[in-house]
Amino acid sequence: MDFTLTDEQRMFQKMFAEFALKEVQPLAEHIDRQEEIPASLFQKAAEQGFLAALIPEEKGGAGLDFVSYCLLLEELAAASMSFAIAVNVHNVLAVYPLLTFGTDGQKARYLNALAFGECLGAFALTEAGAGTDAGALATRATRDGDGYLLRGSKHWVTNGALAGLFVVFARTEEGISAFLVDRDAPGLKVGYREKTLGLRGLTCNTLYLDGCRVPAENLLGEAGKGMRVAGRTLDVTRVALGAISLGGARAALEAGVQCSIEHEQFGGPIALKQIIQKYVADAATEVEAMRCLVYRAAWLVDQGQLDTYTASVVKLFASTAAFRIANSMLQVHGGYGYMKEYAIERMYRDFRALEIIEGTSQIQRFLIARKIYKDRKLEIQP
Amino acid sequence: MDFTFPKEYELFRRMVREFAENEVRPLAQEIDREGRVPMETIKKAAALGLMGVPFPQEYGGMGGGETGYCILMEELGRVCTSTATVIGAHTGIGAMAIYLDGTPEQKEKYLTPLARGEKIAAFALTEAGAGSDAAAIKTRAVRDGNYFILNGTKQFITNGPQADIVTVMAVTDPSLGARGGVTAFIVEKEFPGFRVGSHENKMGIRGSATSELIFEDCPVPAENVLGQFGAGFITFMKTLDIGRASLGAACLGGAQAALELAMKWAKVREQFGGPIAQKQEVHFMIADMATEIEALRSLIYRTAWLIDTGQPHIKEAAMCKVFGSEVASRCIQRALQIYGALGYSRDYPIERAFRDARIAEIFEGTNEIQRIVIASNLFRPEGVRISP
Repeated sequence: MDFTLTDEQRMFQKMFAEFALKEVQPLAEHIDRQEEIPASLFQKAAEQGFLAALIPEEKGGAGLDFVSYCLLLEELAAASMSFAIAVNVHNVLAVYPLLTFGTDGQKARYLNALAFGECLGAFALTEAGAGTDAGALATRATRDGDGYLLRGSKHWVTNGALAGLFVVFARTEEGISAFLVDRDAPGLKVGYREKTLGLRGLTCNTLYLDGCRVPAENLLGEAGKGMRVAGRTLDVTRVALGAISLGGARAALEAGVQCSIEHEQFGGPIALKQIIQKYVADAATEVEAMRCLVYRAAWLVDQGQLDTYTASVVKLFASTAAFRIANSMLQVHGGYGYMKEYAIERMYRDFRALEIIEGTSQIQRFLIARKIYKDRKLEIQP
Repeated sequence: MDFTFPKEYELFRRMVREFAENEVRPLAQEIDREGRVPMETIKKAAALGLMGVPFPQEYGGMGGGETGYCILMEELGRVCTSTATVIGAHTGIGAMAIYLDGTPEQKEKYLTPLARGEKIAAFALTEAGAGSDAAAIKTRAVRDGNYFILNGTKQFITNGPQADIVTVMAVTDPSLGARGGVTAFIVEKEFPGFRVGSHENKMGIRGSATSELIFEDCPVPAENVLGQFGAGFITFMKTLDIGRASLGAACLGGAQAALELAMKWAKVREQFGGPIAQKQEVHFMIADMATEIEALRSLIYRTAWLIDTGQPHIKEAAMCKVFGSEVASRCIQRALQIYGALGYSRDYPIERAFRDARIAEIFEGTNEIQRIVIASNLFRPEGVRISP
């Protein structure tokens, strides 16, 4: 057992923290209020190689191991959760499946643009009638000569308004299949942008596929094996979301602690009150537990040993704890926490999404329970 | 024991619900977006007598007591938290202080137009350095002939920008502190030296304006001292005690609305081949919501009965506030979760409820302060003094 980071990972951590503090933190309020992430920030992230984080060095990427990648997400999320999620959707929901399931031809065609910020990635699985029950998706892909025609609509596609490449899931004769769909593919239209409680810097759009033509070579993975692509990708992204939850929770805790020292009531800082100490101590305990879960799971990704059970445990625990911490730290702020001048107000709205996106807490609990019972020869259904 | 509402309260609830459904609900989203409750809506409420429900008819009120007032808050809380907050701050604390401790002349002059809804009230206690520690207020009132000269800044004042009449707590004798050194005053917005400061930009209850109130050498006539000179602490504690019960009632309405929305959606949303209402995670959440709401309803109306029958109610009112605000938050949390991503969308009412509900755990005495109130009332007869 060794819980220390390597020298290289520590160096990365320092660099990521500096970038987050210098480039992201000052924009966090702007991102929330203006409901957009400035293009210049994506550009700066691209220059640092953050949009090529998981692409191997020999292919021109940064070649980060997953532990280092989680360090990046933790630092970005501590500054702006909207930005951390936009970066992760690109890296894990789009680049990762391309790296893992893509052909050499597909990689040659797309990786370069994805790596340098010319093209942002997005992931289109959810539909109006297929949220938690993703397997119920109704978008169809029918064979048409040397390609496919896609028909249907996808909801809540994060990065929708910005993305150049979409990983789209649709029903083919063989079952559900994954496709790489270019933004300028004929018949693809990016529609309604959701107005959300938090994570307002993200663009979450409806994607209309109206006989959208996709060449056969853009099938990602085998036909009919799309749910394997989705499942593997979602497992990995759930660990990433754990790292994002961790970074956010850490920042919320810091904000609460700072406020409790500065705010005086009854003749001294409120930090002297037991109830405040309880809020802070409980939050710190949860942050430590999250950190252990997240980095162990990230290490499992690097060992090629991540399983669905572990990914769901990380996602469930980290997202619930992060929101709980935002909530208790808002309480520490008192009336100030309800005002938009304080970052905790944004965090509270942002973190609430964690319990829903990339698999609700309910489906994580099902996946965890299913594994427990499967080991004991009992099949359970959602 | 009789747990049924008298007929007149049933009729009153029906009238209020009609008002809430027809006049408020259709505007709720706009009230949140635009950041204000239309004056038109307040006028309509006033025409129905809803701006003075708890007060006696001789002062322009409806004579509905705390029970009637809790019914109003529950029904408004069910459709629009901002509207409930505007009417609540006006009635439940601003005008209530005058009703509780005003002289007959003060009630005639100030309570009557407030109860009729011709004027709007606010209650000004909190300051930058005095939130939970209300006794630490710094606003000063110094005697000058027949006047008191007020200087200081109040913070987070609900209805601040609209209020015509404000009940203000100020220090009259710093050496005595809260016990004997704080006095309540009735201030009219036309008094020189009184002005509205910066407006707060809040997460929720955005239709209810919150601002600073600034007093710069503001002369207040001596006859506008509210309650006994030096006994302002008692005036505002009494007022806040009662306000807590009705705040709990507004939370009850919010929780009830969340339950109704969650049930409606769980019935129609299909995943895995059937309505999600069939999933245990979903219907157990709904069962918990309904159970907590029943407990809350009982607590609220029993406390209202204690108040209306002149019995001790401080501990129970604090319980209404803590339990009410936490039940509402929990119910809205669950409803949002049942809606999934749609619950996170600003196109659905749960998103607004989520933002609105959070303040109830903070304002009118944080839940931490309520727990101190409850504990100190429990331990006092045991000879243990609890201080914050």
